[in-house]
Amino acid sequence: MSGVVGWRARLLSDTPASGREAALGRLYRGWLQFKANRLALVGLVIVLGLVVVALLAPWLVTHDPYRQNLAQRLLPPGAMGHLLGTDEFGRDILSRVIIGARVTLYIVALVALIAAPIGLIVGTAAGYLGGAVDAVLMRLTDVFLAFPSLILALAFVAALGPGIENAVIAIALTSWPPYARIARAETLTVRKSDFIAAAQIQGAGTARILFRHVMPLCISSLTVRVTLDMAGIILTAAGLGFLGLGAQPPMAEWGAMVSAGRRYILDQWWVATIPGLAIFVVSLAFNLLGDGLRDVLDPRQAR
Amino acid sequence: MSGDGSVTVRDLSVRFGRGSQAVHAVRGVSFSVAPGESFGLVGESGSGKSTVLRVLAGLNQDWQGTATISGLDVASGDRRLPRIAQMVFQDPYASLHPRHTVDRTLAEPLAIHGIGDASRRVEQALMAVGLGPGFRFRYPNQLSGGQRQRVAIARALMLEPSVLLLDEPTSALDVSVQAEILNLLHRLRRERGLTMLLVSHNLAVIAHMCDRLAVMNRGAIVEEMAVAALRRGEPREAYTRQLLLASLGYDRAVAASMVSYD
Amino acid sequence: MTPLLEIEDLRVSFPTPTGPFDAVRGVSFSLGRERLGIVGESGSGKSLTGRSILRLLPANAALSARRLTFDGTDLLSAPTRTLRALRGSRIGLVLQDPKYSLNPVMRVGEQIAEAARIHGGVSAAEARRRALAMLEAVRIRDPERVFGLYPHEVSGGMGQRIMIAMMLVPEPDLLIADEPTSALDVTVQMQVLAILDDLVARRGMGLIFISHDLDLVSSFCDRVLVMYAGRVVEERNARDLAGATHPYTRGLLQSLPRIDDERAELPTLSRDPAWRDG
Repeated sequence: MSGVVGWRARLLSDTPASGREAALGRLYRGWLQFKANRLALVGLVIVLGLVVVALLAPWLVTHDPYRQNLAQRLLPPGAMGHLLGTDEFGRDILSRVIIGARVTLYIVALVALIAAPIGLIVGTAAGYLGGAVDAVLMRLTDVFLAFPSLILALAFVAALGPGIENAVIAIALTSWPPYARIARAETLTVRKSDFIAAAQIQGAGTARILFRHVMPLCISSLTVRVTLDMAGIILTAAGLGFLGLGAQPPMAEWGAMVSAGRRYILDQWWVATIPGLAIFVVSLAFNLLGDGLRDVLDPRQAR
Repeated sequence: MSGDGSVTVRDLSVRFGRGSQAVHAVRGVSFSVAPGESFGLVGESGSGKSTVLRVLAGLNQDWQGTATISGLDVASGDRRLPRIAQMVFQDPYASLHPRHTVDRTLAEPLAIHGIGDASRRVEQALMAVGLGPGFRFRYPNQLSGGQRQRVAIARALMLEPSVLLLDEPTSALDVSVQAEILNLLHRLRRERGLTMLLVSHNLAVIAHMCDRLAVMNRGAIVEEMAVAALRRGEPREAYTRQLLLASLGYDRAVAASMVSYD
Repeated sequence: MTPLLEIEDLRVSFPTPTGPFDAVRGVSFSLGRERLGIVGESGSGKSLTGRSILRLLPANAALSARRLTFDGTDLLSAPTRTLRALRGSRIGLVLQDPKYSLNPVMRVGEQIAEAARIHGGVSAAEARRRALAMLEAVRIRDPERVFGLYPHEVSGGMGQRIMIAMMLVPEPDLLIADEPTSALDVTVQMQVLAILDDLVARRGMGLIFISHDLDLVSSFCDRVLVMYAGRVVEERNARDLAGATHPYTRGLLQSLPRIDDERAELPTLSRDPAWRDG
């Protein structure tokens, strides 16, 4: 018990003993603030649940998600040991939804890892350097921003060929411009500040100022925005899957599953509804999480 | 310690904007500060005093005239300049990076110039400005205004410069904290033989800190004088006399006699 | 004659995770038609005291007082409508930063003219005339031009003077000025203070002048309250501030650099925990 009190006191202490402890203390204070928001906590639990399910998927599935059994096709939930029923090929829907979590997480993580850094670098460079660099980079951003993202993604996939990797690349290429805009706006508010001037007087080069002084200040609002966008990314990926341009059969991807199930929607509602529910719950969770993060990381934007 | 620490400014002119919208912020300012001397630039808002300081700090690239620090041309952007002259800003709430701990703020100039032994130097610098090691890993939002300004001064001293450029270093602080910071600057100057160039609107602060001062109005130097002459109440120019009178507190008769020098 | 303003045992507190924080702790004073200075450092509660009079406090602040009356009106129990009628017409408030007090999408001259009309049935032409006269009175050159500017087009110092003009044009009975001249150059500061001075002397306005500048307050006001940690620790005639007896006041006075002295070291304040209660 005293151990718990001990580390809490250390995290909240005003005199941290090392840089790591200071950073941890800062995180802990953020967590205390985040924790107070019930809905955000629900979002976090669901997102963490998704990660756990994706990691443990091979051990969680009750049936082989790819094994067809035409004798048991379109079984309702609960029938013959299939908790959530079976699809038109007699595959277990629960197992496919569980495996599908991997695909969803893979898409989301890859898009975030590609789009956010591109947006961050383009936006901070444009905002800090200004002038011609700003004009060129931001017009380029505008060009990407001007296309409806799903249409642009469709075009990319059409050019590159359908498949999950190409869907990811297409979504990433269409989702970085808003991040660039946010990073630029943040950069413009700090580039004339005294602490940047101080770094200049110390002789810091442009790259150093960008990476060590400007970017850390853009990351929090970017994190919030990326989290809020996750829902949109999942929906776009599902949309591509639904249109047959994302994950290809027999891969268990939620959007493709909804697409395949829509033919039976009136008589066997569960085939399309259950993967649809999964999409809905995970998108909602990312939105709730993003709202909670915004309150902690970006107080200016909070309600 | 680098350079002798002299500062020379000749015919400095700064314009902001272009064409008819251009503002002539500094018009032909000249002065020089001897090594180890403390020189004050006093004036009202818009007098151009801070602009002069920013030119010397290398923050303003668009100017005419000559400006040298320790014989190095400021316009050259010489890599040695950061190790000769450093600056302390007015608002300690804006001059420290909000996401950097004190330790990181102080170690940054060392990292830029490839100076080792950061840990010991950071602790020494904190000690020199009267902050204990307990402050080392705090974020700025865990510090008071006075403590922040001490950190900002420590940061300016990390490269062991010989010239300190001070832009209204105490005007954002409470009276009792101002006294502490002024005492600190006094002690540092004595111990390290620093040359100081102090910009302020407060004549009393200038009189307390400086040996000589120049009074600026509308971008030009009105007069240059020794602080001793100011103390004796012997300014030559009417503008300086008015500034001096206004600094002594409210007086109905003085207020009625105020003239505009625009 | 009854005082214009009477305050007894004023308290303001804010909830914090570790229990309520008492920012103002039992302030009492009364104000006649005089210039009352309130001095103190940041966090002393001087600004909150001034804002309490108009009940302009942050939403989470808890305000209480045994007595808070303005010219016979109980401000504590007064309905919002009464308060709103008082604000701006009979009680003016000038803040340090004009940014928050001027309407950004309305020409400054119109804002002053509107304030003049609130005061009492003057015509639009008369309101405009008064607004221009008041702009001139706060030493704005070319008032006609400034009349038509928007708040973002004026400098900080000019915005401050416009703000003062707006508050003075309805000729209030009480003006609460919170660091009204801190953003102004000393020479302009003198001139603005002279306007306030005249209004007190000529019209019998009551003035509460909140400032951190001891020298200014002692030379401008009639009476001074010194606040520390939410309490008034000392009250003196302004001319007599140099004879202050409380160690906090004395410490503050001594820590000020002065043009005519040659001390190398300024005495610094060592805060005595007992000051919080004494």
